[in-house]
Amino acid sequence: MNPLKNIFNLFLAPKNKSVPLFKGALNYLLVCVLIIVVFWASLSVLNITFSFGFVDLYGKRILDGFILTVQLSLVSLVISLLLGTLVAVGQRSRILPIRYLCDAYVKIIRGTPLIVQIYLFFYIIGTAWGIKNRFIAGVLILSIFEAAYIAEIIRGSFLSLDKTQLEAANSLGFTRRQTLRYVIFPQMIARTLPALTGQFANVIKDSSLLSIIAVIEMTQTMREISATTFQLFESYILLGALYLCLTLPITFVSHLFEKRFNYARKT
Amino acid sequence: MHVRLEGIDMNFGEVAVLKQVSLSDRIDKLAIIGPSGGGKTTLLRIIGGLLVPSGGRLFLDEQEVDYAENKLPAYRAQLGYVFQQGGLFHHLSARKNIALPLQVVHGTSEEEALERAQELLNRFGLGSEGDKMPAQLSGGQQQRAAIARAIAASPKLVLLDEPTSALDPEYTNEVLDVINDLGETGIRFIIVTHEMGFARHACDKIAFLYDGMLLEYGSSSELFENPTSPELQRFLGKLLEWRI
Repeated sequence: MNPLKNIFNLFLAPKNKSVPLFKGALNYLLVCVLIIVVFWASLSVLNITFSFGFVDLYGKRILDGFILTVQLSLVSLVISLLLGTLVAVGQRSRILPIRYLCDAYVKIIRGTPLIVQIYLFFYIIGTAWGIKNRFIAGVLILSIFEAAYIAEIIRGSFLSLDKTQLEAANSLGFTRRQTLRYVIFPQMIARTLPALTGQFANVIKDSSLLSIIAVIEMTQTMREISATTFQLFESYILLGALYLCLTLPITFVSHLFEKRFNYARKT
Repeated sequence: MHVRLEGIDMNFGEVAVLKQVSLSDRIDKLAIIGPSGGGKTTLLRIIGGLLVPSGGRLFLDEQEVDYAENKLPAYRAQLGYVFQQGGLFHHLSARKNIALPLQVVHGTSEEEALERAQELLNRFGLGSEGDKMPAQLSGGQQQRAAIARAIAASPKLVLLDEPTSALDPEYTNEVLDVINDLGETGIRFIIVTHEMGFARHACDKIAFLYDGMLLEYGSSSELFENPTSPELQRFLGKLLEWRI
């Protein structure tokens, strides 16, 4: 056997097959090293040295911000799930004003940047209706924003349901409610759960934009700290790492769901 | 089982798919044959209560079928239905596919339903495949499991809609054998099929649908030996063109 080929083989794996543990670890390590080298090289060109001393000083505030981000995201997720489901159902309504309202809502929200929505909602609607509490305003804005995406996820998965499955349920004598409960619902859960989990990671990241209306979540906390310490790079590196701490496990769970519910697989 | 169709019409928009289809006979093993687009599947779906006819009436054992939305589930529950393909629930194992309707629709206990499912799986040569998901079964195995599910609740009549037309030839025969066995154990069925050998030898009656009309009806031996209408003569002639 050609020794060169053996070495190349260490970095190759066929598609659609699981990679052996050792090979996977080796290659992952390689990628990590690559990222660090590029980053470190850039820093040394700019002649920057880091000091994370501020973490000690502001630890309590950072933790508070972190917790607020988690709270914001969790509450927004629950509300946006409910709202998104309603909108997805509404888009199929027989009552036209409801259908068009849901349709317009999804189009407007998905077609405009979150930052625009935050400003408009907070300073016009929020002021007019007396929503002063920034946490509540933040949760509402974020929920309304995410719900449009969730509605699309749910709508898409409903459209992808196989019509023969519903006919089969009919042919067996299932009532509408039984079909919903035993066929549509489980199949939709399987289709939407991975995407919905992934959407939760988006909620967490999108919540950072609420910093512009001075909700003291993680990003706003870091902005405030860096304004006093002038350690902009360190603050944002830490900020990115903290977001990763939240989103990476979620991505992992999303992949697990994908595997778990992929009942169309052959093996 | 006595089946009586009285002037069944079916229109999809402007298109008349079935025109005044009438028939009254004792049905044991009936094959519906005819060219594509002739209305075979539509007729089967109407008999199965999956489609509401635009006009006409249907009687099973002299009892008129009520096509009111709230009456249909109970009606359908008395029948078995096998689709061309993909009729098994994707998210359930073969065993659960058979057991679930027994539990949900027929009120069987879970234990009993699973036992009955296993019994049927054994009977159709799927004894060790019960835990597999539909996607893990071959096309022929899927259709056998679908047939097992269709007869699980001892239906009055089993309706099969081209159960082999999506299968490779090697699987076609194993499925046809299973259907033939059903007939021999006294299960009555109506099958829409392009397998003329099966229609001729395993079914006792044939209905020839052409352009939405029931052009010929009679015993299988008679129809295949002496087709009277030029349409059926041409249809059978075409099928024999590439005979081995």
